[in-house]
Amino acid sequence: MPQVMDADRMSRALTRIAHEILERNRGLDDVALVGVRTRGVPIARRLAKLLREINGDHVPTGSLDITLYRDDLMRNAVGPQPVVRRTEIPFSIDGRRILLVDDVLYTGRTTRAALDALIDFGRPKAIQLVVMVDRGHRELPIKADYVGKNVPTSARQSVQVRLEEIDGADEILIEGEA
Amino acid sequence: MSTHTADRTPDTAPAVDAPAVRLRSRHLLGIEGLTPAEITLILDTSEAMKEVGKRAIKKVPALRGRTVVNLFFEPSTRTRTSFEIAEKRLSADTLSIATATSSVTKGESLLDTVRNLEAMSPDMIVMRHASSGAPHLLARTCHSAIINAGDGMHEHPTQALLDAFTIREHKGRLAGLKIAIVGDLLHSRVLRSNLILLKTMGADLWVCGPATLFPPAIEQFEVHATTSVDEAVEGADVVMMLRIQNERMHGHFIPSVREYFALFGMTPARLRRASPEVILMHPGPMNRGVEIDSEVADGPYSVILEQVSNGVAVRMAVLYLLAGREADLSEVS
Amino acid sequence: MKLLVKGGRLIDPAAGRDGAFDVLIEDGRVAKVGRDLPANDAAIFEVPRGALVVPGLIDMHVHLREPGQEHKETIATGTASAVAGGFTAVACMPNTDPINDHAGITQFILKKAAEAGLARVYPIGAVSLGSRGEQLAELGEQRTAGCVAFSDDGRPVATALLMRRALEYAGMLKAVIIDHCEDPSLKGDGVAHEGYRAAALGLRGIPGAAESLMVERDISLAELTGARVHVAHMSARQSLRAVRAGKARGVQVTCEVAPHHFTLTDDALAEPVQYDTNVKMNPPLREAADRDAMLEGLADGSIDAIATDHAPHHADEKMVEFDRAPFGIVGLETAVPIVFDRLIHTGRITLTRMIELLSVNPARILGIPGGTLTEGQLGDVTILAPDMATTISAGALRSRSKNTPYDGWQFRGGVAATIVGGRVVYQHPQ
Repeated sequence: MPQVMDADRMSRALTRIAHEILERNRGLDDVALVGVRTRGVPIARRLAKLLREINGDHVPTGSLDITLYRDDLMRNAVGPQPVVRRTEIPFSIDGRRILLVDDVLYTGRTTRAALDALIDFGRPKAIQLVVMVDRGHRELPIKADYVGKNVPTSARQSVQVRLEEIDGADEILIEGEA
Repeated sequence: MSTHTADRTPDTAPAVDAPAVRLRSRHLLGIEGLTPAEITLILDTSEAMKEVGKRAIKKVPALRGRTVVNLFFEPSTRTRTSFEIAEKRLSADTLSIATATSSVTKGESLLDTVRNLEAMSPDMIVMRHASSGAPHLLARTCHSAIINAGDGMHEHPTQALLDAFTIREHKGRLAGLKIAIVGDLLHSRVLRSNLILLKTMGADLWVCGPATLFPPAIEQFEVHATTSVDEAVEGADVVMMLRIQNERMHGHFIPSVREYFALFGMTPARLRRASPEVILMHPGPMNRGVEIDSEVADGPYSVILEQVSNGVAVRMAVLYLLAGREADLSEVS
Repeated sequence: MKLLVKGGRLIDPAAGRDGAFDVLIEDGRVAKVGRDLPANDAAIFEVPRGALVVPGLIDMHVHLREPGQEHKETIATGTASAVAGGFTAVACMPNTDPINDHAGITQFILKKAAEAGLARVYPIGAVSLGSRGEQLAELGEQRTAGCVAFSDDGRPVATALLMRRALEYAGMLKAVIIDHCEDPSLKGDGVAHEGYRAAALGLRGIPGAAESLMVERDISLAELTGARVHVAHMSARQSLRAVRAGKARGVQVTCEVAPHHFTLTDDALAEPVQYDTNVKMNPPLREAADRDAMLEGLADGSIDAIATDHAPHHADEKMVEFDRAPFGIVGLETAVPIVFDRLIHTGRITLTRMIELLSVNPARILGIPGGTLTEGQLGDVTILAPDMATTISAGALRSRSKNTPYDGWQFRGGVAATIVGGRVVYQHPQ
């Protein structure tokens, strides 16, 4: 499978994103990270570490399982029923700027579900979207604020973001015919 | 009874079968027939559901637009409320029918009652009935997915699941634990469901009660059976007390509640024989001073109220897992 | 009216005959039995190749439900079911509505049976008024009206004293008391055999001892009075043990077993379908040890008769929760295939013994004609096809009710034809 990004470039992309976050939000005062399960979570943690290294501040980080908010759940006969995992957001999101972190942005439906879920937790001041890869083919008016890499794909392809914490190594791969 | 026996590595996800990602049956008629993997799936899903109950907005849209009917032919506050809350937390539309005021008093048969309901297309029916096998009759003859909320003396699967969830939360596992169940074994559906589940998951099960209240052929159930509470509770990791109804004095099962308490009631002294980390459980409602001393019921080892709150999470998990199956079935057809 | 039953192997144990004999029936009675009889002006019934000619089978325990419960069965449909099952005569129990405790009801039953013109019907009258166990019914009047025996079936004869008096009184009338042996306090509100299966399914149990306790009572009373007692639908091995012991002591006790009690066990509660009300009957299906004991008793002679306890119930009544369903299954049309398949072809009993169980002994116990085809006897003949492939189809049963656990089962053996009083009242369409 063709490799779109290796570990090195992924690391530099995250560092760049960290700087962008700091710049855009003029500091980290009311910022918090929420990773969308599953792979958004380690990415969020890495960002939190990078932000602390650059800026010195500790950024609260949580994880969000959006299985119960998906709109395709009760409709899709494809594949096994997804397993529901824990959501852990150990801080109040009211009045905060939430950075929602996910690995791949595709149709936008996952992000919509994540927005619904977050709103149930409280009333953030703002929500910004961080993704490692934007592969196009949006079905909803959703836009990422920070993107690791834009990877144009066809609908037949799939993008795999592999992370050391989960998959043993860092890399981004494309699978399938263009 | 389940074909999976107790000798497997002590872990909640045995290596013998792959982790289940869905339940095989579209009904939950009992614990009978569930594999260890399916039980583990329900317990794992319950953990996520439990977290929903801790939020400010205790609602997720997973069952939005689905209709669930609670058909309770036996009075019940606790179980019915628990199911209602679970259904509402999943955003389902819920309807409870307590049959005291319904067509049943006019002599309508069970099948006719349910068929009339089905004409209004509910997605799932949660039923409690006084006759063992009533949900099985429905599953055979009607269209809806059926969740058994207690049938006669037969099974009460969601109770056993929430009991297992509670035990797992405290002990981290079910396999290898010494679990003692004390009370009216003969008439208890909670016992039967717990017996199947805990044996399937590899627990060391002890049951205890008066000889008059032993199920017939108890030796074929492959558990330690004793009429001595001390023997059952000795070193136990979990002690579960079952309700004994006052009516058991008719039918000559016990001479009096006074004697029952003296011989079988759970007192602090008796509980001291258990493991120092024992947890004390009861499915409710309790008869204080009959099967259980108040000091024990309200004491530090008691997890009775946790069982109740876990009940909502477990029922949410069951509803969610079965509703997902229903959606798939309608897609395929 | 003359009928010559020609060809076929005649087996008549009471007459000591087994071979190629023809039977000539005139005006409803056997006129002559011999080899190669000339037909003259008689109609000829050609016995199919390989079929057996036996004295008409008699089912001494059926429920015809008329008067009062005609939605389940009528005397017309019940006797049609009987002849389709190879039975030329049935004895019907009194638990109709109203209960047959009065000569008027017996006369009604006999009239209806005559109108149907199929199997002969011998009414069994109630022992007590309304079968309530309080007061003896007018057994003498009932005997005169046509009752051949007495029973409170559905319930046991309520008290030892009543049973004693009934035995003495019926003995005087030369009629047997047939008891539904069951101790009500042990039976309680049980719905299935007390054992592992019922315990696992959460069903209230009825122990075998509930039956055997009453069997022992009745044997003691028969011993005390010197009268005859017959144990209805025996199911428990403890009961059989008591009957054997009683017979050994010389007590006049006889007993019957229904086909379901020597073929099925309480496993049927759980497989293939759980809580199938078509396996709910009283006495219930018991454990393998009980079923095996019944098979032994059939083979060694301790059991006197096979009787179906044919108990029709409407589908609506059975399509309910197990607890609420009425007890009973139909049996007239499944008995012969089962007996052939499970007793004859397995080598457990001989054909002679089969005829004793289904014809000779029932006639003797009830004191009715039949059980043999000698000159002057009733012209009731059953033509059996021992190797006929029979598949039970509930929907095709002639009984008005279809409550059988054997739907779809295949047996080797069946009925080719049934002849009552020289008239062919049933012929298998093949």
